[in-house]
Amino acid sequence: MDARYQRRKFVNGLSTALSGLAVTIGVAGLVWILATLFIKGLPAMNWAFFTESTPAPGSEGGGMANAIVGSLLIVGLTTVVSTPIGILAGIYLAEFGDRSKVASVTRFVTDIMLSAPSIVIGLFVYALFVTTTKHFSGWTGSVALSLIAVPVVVRTTENMLKLVPGSLREAAFALGMPRWRVSLDVCLRAVQGGVITGVLLAVARIAGETAPLLFTALNNQFFTWNMNEPMANLPVTIFNFAMSPYENWQNLAWGASALIAILVLLLNVLARVVFQSRSKS
Amino acid sequence: MSEFLSDQGINAALKVRNLDFYYGDFKGLKSVSMDIAEKKVTAFIGPSGCGKSTLLRTFNRMYDLYPGQRAEGEIIFHGSNTLDKGYDLNLLRARVGMVFQKPTPFPMSIYENIAFGVRLYENLSRADMDNRVQWALEQAALWTEVKDKLHQSGLSLSGGQQQRLCIARGVAVKPDVLLLDEPTSALDPISTAKIEELVFELKSTYTIAIVTHNMQQAARVSDYTAYMYLGELMEFGVTDELFMKPKRKETEDYITGRFG
Amino acid sequence: MSQHMIETEAAVQAAMKRQAEKSAVFLRQDRIFAGITFSFAALVLLVLFGILVSLMIQAWPAISEFGLSFFYSTTWSPSTGEFGAGIAIWGTLATSLIALLIGVPISFGIAMFLTESCPVWMRRPLGTAIELLAGVPSIIYGFWGLFIFAPLVQEYIQPWMISWLGDPFFAGPPLGLGVFTAGLVLALMIIPFIASVMRDVFETVPAVLKESAYGIGCTRWEVIRNIVLPYTRVGVIGGIMLGLGRALGETMAVTFVIGNANRFALNLFAPGNSIASTLANEFAEADATLHIPALFGLGLILFIITFVVLSASEWLIKQGERKAGGR
Repeated sequence: MDARYQRRKFVNGLSTALSGLAVTIGVAGLVWILATLFIKGLPAMNWAFFTESTPAPGSEGGGMANAIVGSLLIVGLTTVVSTPIGILAGIYLAEFGDRSKVASVTRFVTDIMLSAPSIVIGLFVYALFVTTTKHFSGWTGSVALSLIAVPVVVRTTENMLKLVPGSLREAAFALGMPRWRVSLDVCLRAVQGGVITGVLLAVARIAGETAPLLFTALNNQFFTWNMNEPMANLPVTIFNFAMSPYENWQNLAWGASALIAILVLLLNVLARVVFQSRSKS
Repeated sequence: MSEFLSDQGINAALKVRNLDFYYGDFKGLKSVSMDIAEKKVTAFIGPSGCGKSTLLRTFNRMYDLYPGQRAEGEIIFHGSNTLDKGYDLNLLRARVGMVFQKPTPFPMSIYENIAFGVRLYENLSRADMDNRVQWALEQAALWTEVKDKLHQSGLSLSGGQQQRLCIARGVAVKPDVLLLDEPTSALDPISTAKIEELVFELKSTYTIAIVTHNMQQAARVSDYTAYMYLGELMEFGVTDELFMKPKRKETEDYITGRFG
Repeated sequence: MSQHMIETEAAVQAAMKRQAEKSAVFLRQDRIFAGITFSFAALVLLVLFGILVSLMIQAWPAISEFGLSFFYSTTWSPSTGEFGAGIAIWGTLATSLIALLIGVPISFGIAMFLTESCPVWMRRPLGTAIELLAGVPSIIYGFWGLFIFAPLVQEYIQPWMISWLGDPFFAGPPLGLGVFTAGLVLALMIIPFIASVMRDVFETVPAVLKESAYGIGCTRWEVIRNIVLPYTRVGVIGGIMLGLGRALGETMAVTFVIGNANRFALNLFAPGNSIASTLANEFAEADATLHIPALFGLGLILFIITFVVLSASEWLIKQGERKAGGR
């Protein structure tokens, strides 16, 4: 009896210790990666990093200005396009097609698309646009990223709208309000904090996406505002520079990685803050 | 049957005839027939699950939002049957307002909460809208409490104030009928008293149907009372008579507290 | 009827007429709005079919050229124009399985810690940290893996495993880069995904159930083993499948560290290639006659595998929620 109790206690203690170890590994991984980025990346972020374009092979100096602007343009356009599309599709799932077959299939497909390999989405956009227009461009990069961002927005919008109490919806209908205004002016407004959170998370998700841009926006050594040309962007530049033999390229890649990581973590934190402050009031 | 109020020379805002209601296969209302008198307060009482809220929700066809729920029979409003297939629901709901058990202010300012519904169907000038909002808040006895903070969120008010805001919102669009679905069950006694006073004031202008689980409340505020049980209308009549000398034994048992 | 009454009646009629006109407009607007929202929702559906169809069309030249052998042949040679998906499929499966073998126990430990043993004040910060780990872009994992992690694996882990485990899976020399290291980096990447799903399903266990087990003197581990795990089994498997789906399709974390060699080897320490890494490395320089169709063929295989895995995961997680009375 006593030996048995000792054994049970030992197993319990061991399991607790192991689970603590697992958490330590997880947190250590995060700390380790972030520490590496800061140590290697922050020194690379000097004035030239933000003002000069990417250097030619073998030449000294240079910066990431073209890639930063390219990323901002591509991600910005993606956000502007996919936010309304995602919100409206989410409204359809939550408010209109509640029990319809189309809605349940769409819900299922959206969940698949959330985790679908992003490189395949890049292939799809390549097949659809790059082969037909015969050139890579910032536009096609945005299309590819939109296909990744939209499902995120759809899902959060639908989940948030599901939280709207039925009585609020009924109260709006009871005034003779048309359905579209109930959806937009009452329900969506009631959960706007959650929806903004979803959009922020979508931006965080696409900001570091590399694979779909490889076959669409490609890269560009020079600075450009023209989205109809191949466009430099941070992830693809990191990919190319990190794999290169030049040390200054690698340093620039560390700087760019740190920049993206800071941005993505900030967006994640911001999303949580927005969600909490809005859902409290 | 000539016991309908409309046969006794009393104007009826709503005439309910042989109304059946189904939740899927379950029959929630069984052949209900009655009149809701114009500019009077009609109270619905009965144990929970008796169908009193269900009946109220057929008056503005709120059940239409939910697949599987349907009503058969007639509810005559302004001369036509609101249960007809093509009946304009937006119009019906603009004429028949509703206040719910829990306060449901919209996520916008106090002013907007009221102006929003008005703007749906009327194009008022800025000044007219201000007047309408003030009028509605006065009708709901809320004006003095909120006149200095019209642009704060409606959610910042207390529960009782929120409920009066919802009444003001319903009144502002000038409906014919106001449906109150247990409007005080989530409120404290003081707020409840204010709402009851308000109901008494409002009946000079509106037809009011109120569902309540509180018999004293029904006795205090209503002109007519309907007692319902298991989806059937057991007894309907002038409130004082129904409470003093109920015709049926079931009604008596319920109002004397022997059952329910 | 008094004069006053007639006037009000007329006013009501006028108001109703005005409202009816407005309402007709509303009905039209509602139909348009429903149409717009529906078409955007349908767009998501359309994209899925579009992906499938366009990949098939683009891959067709390669599949018709090599026939069924395209799906299992282990020759991938751009120079001779011979293509088979065998190496890439093996690399994809091997890295993902390694990632699961390492990632699942750790994720389980994290989920268990967060739901059962963690002090309440630590729950939120720790949970957030794990979620942030999920937010780190995969290219950063890859970059970090290549420069920081792989050298350590080469120096400390691989020599030790070669001498203790050896053939056929862990043979020398220790190169650092290869299928094994890619699996490790992937494991770190998918841990947060699996751990959050597990934590969420663990939290669906009714407190009364756990309390009654604690009430008869069960230890924490016994409660987890005998109450929590059986109760949430379906959802837990769903979470693991979700992690698998992520791992299979992950590109950047793998591409940096897998070594990019088109040689087939059972040895996990040898450099190899996964479907995604082959695509990322070769697409830009591929020629259009057979190489690009072959790459599309790889994409098609990857898409179908992940689709099946993710569908299964989706279905299982839903089942788990339903059992927990979620909806």
